[in-house]
Amino acid sequence: MGKTLAQKLWEQHLVDRIRGRDLLYIDLHLVHELSPQAFGGLDIRGLPVRRPAATVATMDHNVPTGDRSAPLRDPLAAAQLDLLRRNCATHGVPLFGLGSHRQGIVHVLGPETGLTRPGITVACGDSHTATHGALGALAFGIGTSQVEQVLATQCLLVNPLRQLAVEVDGALPVGVTPKDLALTVVRLLGFGGATGYAVEYRGAAVRALSVEGRLTLCNMSAEAGARVGLIAPDDTTLAYVRERRFAPIDEAWREAERDWRALRTDGDAAFDRVVSLRADEIEPTVTWGTTPAMSVPVGGRVPKPEESPNGNQAEQALDYMGLVGGERIVDLRLDRVFIGSCTNSRIEDLRMAANVLDGRKVAHGVKAMVVPGSVPVKIQAEQEGLDEVFRRAGFEWREPGCSLCLGMNEDVAERGERIASTSNRNFEGRQGAGARTHLVSPAMAAAAAVTGHFVDVREV
Amino acid sequence: MEPVLWVRGRMMPLVRDDVDTDQIMPKQFLSRVERDGFGEFVFHEWRRDPEFVFNDPRFSGARILVAGSNFGSGSSREHAVWGLQQYGFDAVVAPSFSDIFTGNCAQAGVVPAVVPPELCRSLQAAAERDPDSGVELDLTTMRVMWTGGSGTFHLDDQVREVLLHGLDDVALVLGQLDVITQYERARPAWMPHLDVSVVPGAAVGPDAGTTP
Repeated sequence: MGKTLAQKLWEQHLVDRIRGRDLLYIDLHLVHELSPQAFGGLDIRGLPVRRPAATVATMDHNVPTGDRSAPLRDPLAAAQLDLLRRNCATHGVPLFGLGSHRQGIVHVLGPETGLTRPGITVACGDSHTATHGALGALAFGIGTSQVEQVLATQCLLVNPLRQLAVEVDGALPVGVTPKDLALTVVRLLGFGGATGYAVEYRGAAVRALSVEGRLTLCNMSAEAGARVGLIAPDDTTLAYVRERRFAPIDEAWREAERDWRALRTDGDAAFDRVVSLRADEIEPTVTWGTTPAMSVPVGGRVPKPEESPNGNQAEQALDYMGLVGGERIVDLRLDRVFIGSCTNSRIEDLRMAANVLDGRKVAHGVKAMVVPGSVPVKIQAEQEGLDEVFRRAGFEWREPGCSLCLGMNEDVAERGERIASTSNRNFEGRQGAGARTHLVSPAMAAAAAVTGHFVDVREV
Repeated sequence: MEPVLWVRGRMMPLVRDDVDTDQIMPKQFLSRVERDGFGEFVFHEWRRDPEFVFNDPRFSGARILVAGSNFGSGSSREHAVWGLQQYGFDAVVAPSFSDIFTGNCAQAGVVPAVVPPELCRSLQAAAERDPDSGVELDLTTMRVMWTGGSGTFHLDDQVREVLLHGLDDVALVLGQLDVITQYERARPAWMPHLDVSVVPGAAVGPDAGTTP
């Protein structure tokens, strides 16, 4: 019987079996400032980083996005960043830290530099590592202890995953974005509904996505509970990778191209589960609750508790969100708009938002910010004049990082504020204690910013 | 890590599904570079509510948290498991857990025991009825026993193996270095490789390159 893409990649990276678990080789280990305890563990054991040249660090979660010429105001953040610098220096790990022209969100940096590429395994101490699967890589989000394991051994002990296919046929309508597709998939699978699975996204609508759109889609595999999400590499993928700074060249590229074109699920491979949907039926989507699966089309209403499968949970969510159920989504007024995060901070996302904003102004009373995913994204956007479009509209144009997606740095929303956010999690307190997050696409966020409430971007 | 053969203690019921790690360990504590001292920050926001179960003195000193489905979802932060453990929990019982949370539990020596939803509700009811009554999870027999009943819990085979034998995964993998080295010799030439000494723009130390 044939094999799925994830199974093939798994087998290609299988080094050994140890006491019931598979030992996979990790080709690329991405590191950020939140796992200092992993380096601490190495030090206690007296071990080096086994493959510093396959380990790449950046600073994203805890960096300021305002003026970077001044010293950091948060002493804990400063100490954490400094520790990453020292750990990278000690172990010879390349670091694209603050001040580097490649600094950025780890899941933006990997693909953008060409370090992430088809056919490899990726590990990173972050649940959104599935993002890298968009290029046809097998990418695992891991905890700190496993970061230590990969630093020490360049391998990861893992349990086999079940195989789930998400088939998206048809084509996304105009004004409907990869984010809307991702939110719809999460609603279909359920929050945690793909736990234990590797998700392969397939079908005409997926093949039609740009690499950036695919990154958005794979990114939110985490919200369905999947550790791994991926898309078979094709011409679109290869064209994207080829022009990256650290992509293979010459003979290595020719070999890579040959190998990568063979990376696909066999026709007779069996998935453990298949979920199908039609892209034509997807609409601009807005979350109303406190899990990413609690979403409705923008033309819809916030469900009442009795309309939800889990009434108690819906009631808790509504209570936190300051809603009762039955409200029209377009009647929800906003205090803040955030465009950024590993889901939606790439150049196409910024273009999409700027396109909606062009010539318009942010509504009175709405605080709006854009946080590009990386320094290269920021520079490119500035070359295209997007920063001016955002600034003229009344957005703050900031420095790259995770920022208000998780509010670790100074970018924190206030209690009771309602936010249209292009990030991936609307959990309680995620963007600030008591802050109320609605997840949307960059286009929908921009439209909401100018009207002061949610609106169908197709009608703006 | 010490082997975990069984866990015994009083229960604390947390009747809620989809508890994510942002709730268990809010982001403001992830700036800490230590591995200990997280116990006091567990459920920091929810503990502001006097009605929250962590503020109920009847359950103080509980060693087993009986939670809802999809517990530990969201962020991969292992700090969530450290916090629960350092607060005093040796096990979490729930109908389901997120993958990464389960793995993090195994690494820390916390038991992520999976039980059917009905059994979970029975345990929560038992704790409510008699907060002083205990429960025992036996990892050898995979039985859960409490005053008034018993049942079976489930652990992923490999998680169970790690806990029962107190395995240190790093040491385990280091024992296979020759196999790893052999694997490395046959890798294709197109694999990512970024040597700090030859690649411009990749710098170590505070003076990371600023020119493209």
